[in-house]
Amino acid sequence: MPDRAAQERINDFAIKIATVNGTGSASANTLLMKAIFRMGVPVMGKNYFPSNIQGLPTWYEIRVTKDGYVARSGRIDIIVAMNAETYVRDLKEVSAGGYLIYDSTWPRSALLKRDDITIIGVPLAKLCNENFQGVRARILMKNIAYAGVLAALLDIDMEKLKELLNETYGKKANLVAANLKALELGHNYTREHVSCPLAMHIKPLDKTNGYIMIDGNTAAALGCVYAGATVGAWYPITPSTSLMDGFKSFCDKLRVDPQTGKKNFMIIQAEDELAAIGIVLGAAWNGARAFTPTSGPGISLMNEFLGLAYYAEVPAVIFDVQRVGPSTGMPTRTQQADIMLCAYASHGDTRHVLLFPANPEECFYLTVKAFDLAERLQTPVMVLSDLDIGMNDWMCPDLEWDDSYKPDRGKMLSKEEVLKLDKFFRFVDRDEDGITYRTLPGVHPKASYFTRGSGHTQYGGYTEDSTEYQMVLDRLKRKFGTAARMMPPAIIEQRGPFEVGVVAIGSSDGAVREALDILKARGVGVNYMRIRAFPFGREVSDFFDKHEIVFVVEQNRDAQLRSLLTLETPVEKTKLRSILHYSGLSISSECIVNGIMAEVGEGRSRITGAAS
Amino acid sequence: MSYLLKPKVAHPGLPKNELGLTRRDYEGTMSTLCAGCGHDSITAAITEACWGMSLEPQNLVKLSGIGCSSKTTAYFVSGGHGFNSVHGRMPSIATGAYAANRELQYIGVSGDGDTLSIGLGQFCHAIRRNINMLYMIENNGVYGLTKGQFSASADVGSTAKKGEPNTQKPIDPVLTALSLGATFVARSFSGDKEQLVPLIQAGFKHKGFALIDVLSPCVTFNDHEGSTKSYAFTREHYHEAVHTDFVAPMQEITAKYAEGEVLPVTMHDGSQVHLRKIDHNYNPVDRSAAYAYIQRKLAEHEFLTGLLYVEPTVTDFHDHNGTPAQPLNSVPYEKLSPGSKGLQKILSRYR
Repeated sequence: MPDRAAQERINDFAIKIATVNGTGSASANTLLMKAIFRMGVPVMGKNYFPSNIQGLPTWYEIRVTKDGYVARSGRIDIIVAMNAETYVRDLKEVSAGGYLIYDSTWPRSALLKRDDITIIGVPLAKLCNENFQGVRARILMKNIAYAGVLAALLDIDMEKLKELLNETYGKKANLVAANLKALELGHNYTREHVSCPLAMHIKPLDKTNGYIMIDGNTAAALGCVYAGATVGAWYPITPSTSLMDGFKSFCDKLRVDPQTGKKNFMIIQAEDELAAIGIVLGAAWNGARAFTPTSGPGISLMNEFLGLAYYAEVPAVIFDVQRVGPSTGMPTRTQQADIMLCAYASHGDTRHVLLFPANPEECFYLTVKAFDLAERLQTPVMVLSDLDIGMNDWMCPDLEWDDSYKPDRGKMLSKEEVLKLDKFFRFVDRDEDGITYRTLPGVHPKASYFTRGSGHTQYGGYTEDSTEYQMVLDRLKRKFGTAARMMPPAIIEQRGPFEVGVVAIGSSDGAVREALDILKARGVGVNYMRIRAFPFGREVSDFFDKHEIVFVVEQNRDAQLRSLLTLETPVEKTKLRSILHYSGLSISSECIVNGIMAEVGEGRSRITGAAS
Repeated sequence: MSYLLKPKVAHPGLPKNELGLTRRDYEGTMSTLCAGCGHDSITAAITEACWGMSLEPQNLVKLSGIGCSSKTTAYFVSGGHGFNSVHGRMPSIATGAYAANRELQYIGVSGDGDTLSIGLGQFCHAIRRNINMLYMIENNGVYGLTKGQFSASADVGSTAKKGEPNTQKPIDPVLTALSLGATFVARSFSGDKEQLVPLIQAGFKHKGFALIDVLSPCVTFNDHEGSTKSYAFTREHYHEAVHTDFVAPMQEITAKYAEGEVLPVTMHDGSQVHLRKIDHNYNPVDRSAAYAYIQRKLAEHEFLTGLLYVEPTVTDFHDHNGTPAQPLNSVPYEKLSPGSKGLQKILSRYR
C-alpha cells in the first residue's frame, strides 16, 4: 500500500471514468464536474467517446486543478473502471500512488492487481439491482451511484450535487427522487466501507467566481446570435453538429417574435455540404449574415464553392470543428489537421482568411469578428476550432457584450449612394485597398451587377483578356494584404530575454501555458506566441527575428502550421522545430515539455537564458 | 472587353409597359451563343415575359450554374442582379438567396447537364423545399461547351453527331419533378414563343417552385438527322396538351373560349392562368393521371407540352419555416441581438 503522505494531493489530480457508450454516463460525469466547479475549484473535463451509439468503450477525464490549467497533464490519479472490457488498459493507466475504483459485484481480485496503487471495490450493480426496477433504470442509476462513491471519496459537496440534480430534472419529480436515491446509495456504502476522504480530495476554494463552464460549439452558436446571423445552413457532421443545435436552441428562445410567433432566423438542413455552403453564399450575397458549421470532410466537399466565394468576393462564415483525418478518420477524436486545406482551399490561386480560437471564450468573440471580417473583406472566413474546444466543457471567464456594437457590413452601397455615382462598377478599386463596393439585389437597376466565377473585368463583365483578368487577380492579392492588417494579432508573451520561443494555435494553448510554467520551474525560459489568424501580421515575423529557435506546437503529423509559416513569412525553415501530437487525444503539457527538453534541455541551456 | 454591350437606341415609337419601359430596357448583353441556338429564343421569351408583366428590373434575381444555358442570364434584364455560380449548384444559391430576401423574383436558368447530371441532387431538394422560383431547363440533350457528349436527357437511340447511338435511358425532368411533388410543372419548345411567354409569366406568379423544361435544340452538336432533340424531330413530335394564357390581376379577359374548355387557375396574387385543353384526355390538376399520360406519350416519342401540372395554393419554403413577411436581410440588428442584459441571463445556465 502506498503511504498516505505521498498520496496527498489536494485540488490537484485527474480522474478518468471508463464506461460503456450509451449507458448514460455523460450526465453523471457532467454532474461531478459541475459540482466541483460550484465548490469554487477550477476543473477541466474531456470526453473521449467512440463514433458509436451504444456498446463501445468511452472515457471521461476530469482534471481538478487549483492553478486553473485547461489542458491534460498527461497523468491519471484515479480511474473509475466501470467497463470490464477495458479493465486491463485502465489498470495500466493509473499513476503510481493512485486509485482504481470498480464495480465489485463481480470481484476481479486476480485481474485487478497492482502493488503501487489502491484498488477500491464498490458493489454498484448489486446496490442498484436491489433498489431499482427495470434494466434501463438499473444501468442509468449505476452512473449516478458512482458519482455518489466519488463524492464520498473526494469530499465533493453532496448539497451541490443534489442542487444540480434538482436543476436538471426539476420538472420530473420521480427522476429527481431516483437520482438522489442512487447518489445516496453510492455515497453511504462508501462512507461505511472505506476510510473517507482519500488523501487525494477536494477542498472548497473561491476560484470559479466570474467563470462559466461552456463548450466551444455553444459559445460559437451564441456568437452567431450576437453577430446578427439570420441564415444557417448545414449538413450534420461530428463534431460540429452541436453548433447548429446550439444556434437553434438560442434562436427558439431569443429570435421568435413574441407578438407574431414569427422566426427572425432560418436554419436549413442541406442535402450535403456542397449545398450547405451554396446556401450560405446565396444568402450572404443577398445581404443576410449566413454561416455553416462543418468538419474536415465537409470542407473537402466545399472546396469548389470556396474558390467561387474567393473569386466572386462573397462573404461567408464557415466553422471547421476539426476532427481526426485523413478521410473519415476518427470522427470523435481531435486534431488540427485542416490548416493547409483551409488556407488554400479550392483550385487556382486562392488564399483564405482563417481564425484560430483557443477556447470557448474566443469561439464567442472570434465568431462575431468572423462575420465582421467576412463582410468587410467580402470573402469567406473560416473559424478553425476543433473537437476538444467544440465539444468539451471549458472553464471560461464570463462572456461580455458591448451594447454599442454594430455589425460591420463593409463597403455596401445603398440606393441613395448608388444614385450619386455616374456609374456603379462592382470590382473597381476606388479606395486602393483592394476592397471594392458591393450592392444588394433589389436596390435599383443602376446598382445591378453580374457575379461570376469565370474570368471577369473590374467592371464585372466576362473576360478572357490577360490584362483584364490579371488586374482583378492582382487586386485580390492586395486585398489579402489589407486583410493581414485587420486580423486579430498574435498574442505574444515575452517572458524574458530568451532565445527560445514557442508558437502554437488554437486548443494547444492551454497545454503550452502549463508547459511553460513547468519549464520555468526547471530553469528553462521560453517566450510564447499564440497565432490567432491567417494571414499573419507583422508581429509573427518579428517574433521569429527575435528568437534563435522557435518550436512550433501543433496537433497533426505533417507540421502544417510550420509549413504555412515557412510559406507565408520570410522565416528560415531551420529555425522552426516541430512538436507534433496527433494521437486523437488533445495535446498534454507533458508532450510539450518533453519535446522542448529533448532539444534545449541538458547541455543546450546556453541558449535558454536564465528563467527568473 | 470580351463581352459586348448592346447599344441602347431608344426609338421613340417603341411600345412601353406600365412602368414606362420598353422591351430594350429588359435586354442584357449580347449573346455569345451559336447563331440559331434555341437558348437565344428562350432569352427573347423571358425578356418579352418580363416586359409584358411590367416586372421592376431590379426585382429580378437571375441565377445559373455552368454551361451554355447558364450563360444566358447575362443576356436578359441587365437591371437585375445575376449570379452565375458553379456547375449544378445553382439551386443552393437560389435557396440561400430566397432565404435572405423573400420579396424578390427569382429565376434560375439551367441546362440538362447542369440539372440532370451534376446538379440532380440540388434540383430535387429545391423542389422538395418548394423554393419560390422559376426554374428553366434549356434542354438540348447534349453537352455543348465540351463539344457534343450525350447528356442525361438524351433519348435511347438518339445519335451523336458522328453517329454513335445513346443506349442509356434518359432522366426526364418533368416526370422527376412530378414524382418529387413539384407544384408547377411545364414543358415547352424554344421555337414556340406563343406558348412559352405566358408559361414564363405564370411560372413567375406561382408561389413555389415552378419548372419549365424547354426543349431547345443545339444547332451545332445535336441538330442532325438521328437526333431526337433536333428542330425537325421536336417540331414533328411535340404535342401541346394544354395551352396556357396568363391573365394579370385586374386585366380584362378578352379571349373567348367555348364552355367547359377552359380551366381557370387563380394564383396567390390574384392573377389567373387559363388552361385550355388541347388534348381532351389530359387533366393538368391530377398528378398521377398526368404522370401516367406523359409517360405513355414519351414512350411513343411524343413530347407533351404546356402547363402539365399545377397546384396553385401551396405553402412555400418560408411558410414552412415561419419567417416573417419582412425579408431576413432587413430585420434590424436590435431585433436580432439579446444585448448585454440578455447575455447575463444566458450565462446563468452555464454556472
